[in-house]
Amino acid sequence: MIRNITIGQYYPGYSVIHKLDTRLKIILVLAYMVVVFLVSSFVGYAIVFVFLASVIAVSKVPPRFILRGLKPLFIILAFTFTLNLFMTRGEPIASLGPLTISAEGIYTACYMALRIIFLILGASMLTFTTKPVKLTDGIEYLLKPATRFGLPAHELAMMMTIALRFIPTLLEETDKIMKAQQARGADFETGSFFRRAKALIPIFIPLIVGAFRMASDLAMAMEARCYRGGEGRTKLHVFEWRRRDTLAVIIFCAFTGLIILERTLT
Amino acid sequence: MAGMVFQNPDNQLVSAVVEDDVAFGPENLGLPRDEIIDRIRISLEATGMYEHRKMAPHLLSGGQKQRVAIAGVVAMKPDIIIFDEPTAMLDPEGRAEALEIAARLNQEGITVLLITHFMEETVGSDRIIIMDGGRICMDGPPRDIFARAEELKALGLKLPFAVELAEGLREKGVLPPGEPVLVEAELAETVSAESRGLASVRRGSTERLAMASLGSASPSAAPIITVDRLSHTYNPGLAYETHAVADVSFEISTGEYVAIIGHTGSGKSTLIQHLNGLLKPTEGTVTVGGVNVSAKGATTVEMRKKIGMVFQYPEYQLFEETVYKDIAFGPNNLGVPEEEIAERVKEAISLVNMDYDEIAERSPFELSGGQKRKAAIAGVLAMRPEVLVLDEPTAGLDPRSHEETLELIESIHERTGSTIVIVSHNMDDVARLADRILVMAAGRIVKSGTPREVYADEEILKSIGLGVPKATSFAGRLARGGLHLPGVILSTQELLEALSQ
Repeated sequence: MIRNITIGQYYPGYSVIHKLDTRLKIILVLAYMVVVFLVSSFVGYAIVFVFLASVIAVSKVPPRFILRGLKPLFIILAFTFTLNLFMTRGEPIASLGPLTISAEGIYTACYMALRIIFLILGASMLTFTTKPVKLTDGIEYLLKPATRFGLPAHELAMMMTIALRFIPTLLEETDKIMKAQQARGADFETGSFFRRAKALIPIFIPLIVGAFRMASDLAMAMEARCYRGGEGRTKLHVFEWRRRDTLAVIIFCAFTGLIILERTLT
Repeated sequence: MAGMVFQNPDNQLVSAVVEDDVAFGPENLGLPRDEIIDRIRISLEATGMYEHRKMAPHLLSGGQKQRVAIAGVVAMKPDIIIFDEPTAMLDPEGRAEALEIAARLNQEGITVLLITHFMEETVGSDRIIIMDGGRICMDGPPRDIFARAEELKALGLKLPFAVELAEGLREKGVLPPGEPVLVEAELAETVSAESRGLASVRRGSTERLAMASLGSASPSAAPIITVDRLSHTYNPGLAYETHAVADVSFEISTGEYVAIIGHTGSGKSTLIQHLNGLLKPTEGTVTVGGVNVSAKGATTVEMRKKIGMVFQYPEYQLFEETVYKDIAFGPNNLGVPEEEIAERVKEAISLVNMDYDEIAERSPFELSGGQKRKAAIAGVLAMRPEVLVLDEPTAGLDPRSHEETLELIESIHERTGSTIVIVSHNMDDVARLADRILVMAAGRIVKSGTPREVYADEEILKSIGLGVPKATSFAGRLARGGLHLPGVILSTQELLEALSQ
């Protein structure tokens, strides 16, 4: 059912990875992505694989759960793979009508596919092991320096918080409205594209009206609880740097060093 | 400082985690972190939500969400809390919880201002202020206010049960005149004391009540709905699989008025969604007017014609530019020709007691709350269903609109002869209107029969989190005090008659 969709795909747990400082996790994931782009050979990918596999093992998130999250990206993956397979120029080893496959093609296709897989897996480890609420806090903290250049860091974080809170409610609302309109004979599944698009109007209008009602109610409730923006606010959740965070930085630096070493050697 | 708790439990929580939401107010006040942590614990304990502190609000029941909202306000240590119709959107259990918490906070020294439509909720207060047309028209302690019963009725307010009953008993001369009685326990004692001197139980009334229960037996027509061994399982095979409906069988006859009652989460909503094929059964079949609506290939139009479904808060599904177009949406989908649609829209608007010329060309979004709901119901009636299914049709309405809506359903039932299936939390409504009641608990039908049969056993209903009509409960109280009234009492009227004999 529609309400079973979860945002952020958090996998609850108490591993070291789960407990790492969120700010650090965000920075490390960004750094990890840069490192993946630095990899220039399959040996390099082997190192990335070992690193990522260890992280996953430590986090205790079941690999099956992680792979399930990859499913929707399969199309993009297949698309990139095929494109690279046929479009890379080189010594042809097989041909299929106008399409030719070269050794270079196979190499590039695999190379690019692995890059995408490792990027996505790495990034998803952040959301798998960090509660969305904490992630929001972390992002707010990291964006704070940019406030000086006019970036509304607190407001962005507040928007994310509210979105996390209301997405399930809105999905539930959508489900209810769809059923109500179906009960009035609305048909969302058959007919031409145009017809089906038009059939969405009876869902969208009540949904938008409902969202506005929610927004105005919520704004009033927030004001009644003395919300006046980010200034002068304290926070329940504060970040504390622990020894495990320092350790994580050291391990990550070692991993980066290995990749750079491998790159310069080949 | 004043704190506020609002009507809609969904629209006042900010964060996706309960404790973070409670922290929101204290954070805004700029309190130190240790203080915030203390206040979260204290206020969540005060509302009984501490064990749910890590949960996401959307997984909580309405009553629980409202308790979190109250905790969020309590955490700010206000001198006064204003409750703006906090119970309007809750089920009876949620209502009782919210009111109990308000009363407890008051005992702890917080001033409580409760805004409400329901006079029943004001009985325990120190002072009642009654407003009408933007003015204060009464102001005083409950006993003074309820002594002016006629004025209250004129304002469209419903008297609390005990007040109304005491009033009735005085008119009949059973009780001597005096101050209004506000609490049921108090009234029960007075009644018992008064009647102790009189002869105990009279035979005549037993016979009369037995006759009455015969009169409400269901019409013996052919079944229009047949549900056979219906089961519905959500997420089959997964760890969180739930048997929402389990092995349910029943029949509903043409022209019957059937009520389905049950605790929140008992499977009522899942069950009724099978009646027009919105959900397909995991096992079993559902037949409506000879059409098997549970079959995979069942034609949608055919079953939508048979069953009209009015969901909870139906006004939230209005979307068209004009009321006319919105009501025409259903018949249009059924492929009804244009001229007939015009006729059906007119008919539907008249069925919900609205004025066609006044309403048809207006935007549904301009209407008042009660009118919106009527327009939405008209949208379903325009499909001319043989069976009308209504899920909590009076949810969130004030007493006057509540009464109007029930009368409306009654008149639709009489004028169109359609079969009515109503899902309700309100035992008084159900007792008054339904020919037959199906009681659901944990996905099963645990009891079925006429209101008198179902409400005969208060204990069973209580054990599954339901109550009985107020009059029935009062009769039970009298019985425990040694005064046994004959038969099963369902309404204040019956109670008055039984007591005055």
